[in-house]
Amino acid sequence: MDNLRTRRVITLAGLSLVVVTMLVLNTGMGAVTIPPATVVSLLAERVGLEVGAGAIGVQESVLWSIRLPRIVLGLLAAGALAAAGVGLQAVFRNPLAESQVVGTSWGAAVGAAAGLAAGARASETFAPAAAASVTALLVTLLAYRIARRGPRVEVVTLILAGVAINAIAAAAVGLLVNVAERGQMRSFSFWSLGTLGGATWETVSVTLVFVLPGVALLALRSRRLNVLLLGDDEARQSGVDVRRLRVEVVTAAALMTGASVAAAGVIGFVGLLAPHTVRMIVGPDNRTLLPGAMLAGAVLLLAADLVSRTAVAPSEIPLGVLTSLAGGPFFLWLLHRTRRAQGGWG
Amino acid sequence: MTPVVAMGIVHEAGGRAILDGVNLQLETGMLTALVGPNGAGKSTLLGILAGDIRPTKGSILVQGCPIEQLKPARLARIRSVLPQKTRLEFAFPVRQVVELGRFAHAGGRRISRRNDAEAVESAMSATGVASLADLSFPTLSVGEQALVMIAKVLAQDTPVLMLDEPTASLDLRHEHRVMNLIRRRARQGGTVMAVLHDLNLAARYADRIGVMAGGRLRTLGPPGEVLRPALLSEVYNHPIEVLDHPSGNGPLVTAADTGTGVFRGGAPHGRAT
Repeated sequence: MDNLRTRRVITLAGLSLVVVTMLVLNTGMGAVTIPPATVVSLLAERVGLEVGAGAIGVQESVLWSIRLPRIVLGLLAAGALAAAGVGLQAVFRNPLAESQVVGTSWGAAVGAAAGLAAGARASETFAPAAAASVTALLVTLLAYRIARRGPRVEVVTLILAGVAINAIAAAAVGLLVNVAERGQMRSFSFWSLGTLGGATWETVSVTLVFVLPGVALLALRSRRLNVLLLGDDEARQSGVDVRRLRVEVVTAAALMTGASVAAAGVIGFVGLLAPHTVRMIVGPDNRTLLPGAMLAGAVLLLAADLVSRTAVAPSEIPLGVLTSLAGGPFFLWLLHRTRRAQGGWG
Repeated sequence: MTPVVAMGIVHEAGGRAILDGVNLQLETGMLTALVGPNGAGKSTLLGILAGDIRPTKGSILVQGCPIEQLKPARLARIRSVLPQKTRLEFAFPVRQVVELGRFAHAGGRRISRRNDAEAVESAMSATGVASLADLSFPTLSVGEQALVMIAKVLAQDTPVLMLDEPTASLDLRHEHRVMNLIRRRARQGGTVMAVLHDLNLAARYADRIGVMAGGRLRTLGPPGEVLRPALLSEVYNHPIEVLDHPSGNGPLVTAADTGTGVFRGGAPHGRAT
């Protein structure tokens, strides 16, 4: 018991440390180099402290209006996708459930693109994020309906439903991109591959409004999600209102995925990689898994974004390319393992 | 007030009547055993009494209140349920599995932490799984997992216990340990119902035995009255003798050997009860 508790504390502390390291690297590296000391003094100046380290004007504007919003949006999107993954895996009681696999992400993209096509401004993203959350919710409930059989969710059906939903949603996004006025619409590759490049303080604040309640709800429900791992009937017998819990968690996942997709496009597999890696270390308890997965997601996304904007500078590798390169093979491995554990599912 | 009352329960599934008009009251201070052949409807009845299955017809009153009006958390403070099988593939340590039984009491609040810890520890020591507390649940043997799930049910600390084949995967010693435990719960004012396959365990420990067959409760009463060779042979479709137990404690039920070909029975239903 104490052993496990120690391992949990060490894991969370270690992940936090890596996140801090990533923050230093992501603020500092790029076309304009900003040393950590300068970052600290610039931040101190913002809150009214005069430290007097000689920062040049370029560094200040790069840090404040480009790198910081990008980093904060990355943290929010990573936390949102990882938390949504934890929630979906618990309610579907399935390790393969994740925003992109189930169709939630592409469902969100339809809403966000429709919002922009209807005339919302891309820099604000409130209307697109709201529309994205709604379509994400509808699509996730649809996937659940299709894959559910009695008290169980069938793995294969869930994934196949996700495949179909993704195909339909991607086609809808493609159509919207083509028919919409050029002005505010984002490119198809923004939606399909994702990028933090469009980050502004406005997108950050809108995303925060959606992500914060989602994360808070999941955190409040993590004990119930533990009970739910026993099964629907068993959870009800133990006192959990299973139907309500499922609606709450799917709604939270839709809000978080919706806002993250509206601001940064579909960034695949973060919600799969982060929870699994952490689960292997600290076990299935959602009370530790949730913060752990969010931290791991942050590490993953900040690392990917750093590579994305520095590897082939001055151009960028789309973020989703990198996360899918890491996440895709991991998904295949999980599929293989799950299939073996279930003895095939022909 | 009678803790659980079932009235006129009819249940159909897949175009087949599983239960065909069952009336049953679970009494305070009594261990009621439910026996009967495979497919008799025992587990379905337990599921309906527990509130997991809504019957096609009929109603369940729990402490005088229609069961569908009770919120899950409230119901979970009144009755706990041991399902026949639990699939838990996630690597929770044993203690944490038992703690899951405390959900309805704590509801996440800190006030009841100490009660929770006490209930969990005493349930684990009563079932003899305290030494397994830190092990990962999926690594245990089937019998050990069953004991842990029983500990979880005991930790839920409810006046009503509903157990579906609690002894199915236990060895002889643990079988009797668990039956003793639940009988003690009844003696202390609890209401216990257990679906059992072993008629002798039922005869030994139950205050009342209900014999089910074909979706009906054929008879309900003290073991000495209910366990009659004629009735048992009929419902099990197999010759059964009832003797006096050599120790003088109640009846001893034995099935005749039909290996030589006198078995005239129809096919078993082939469905889990």
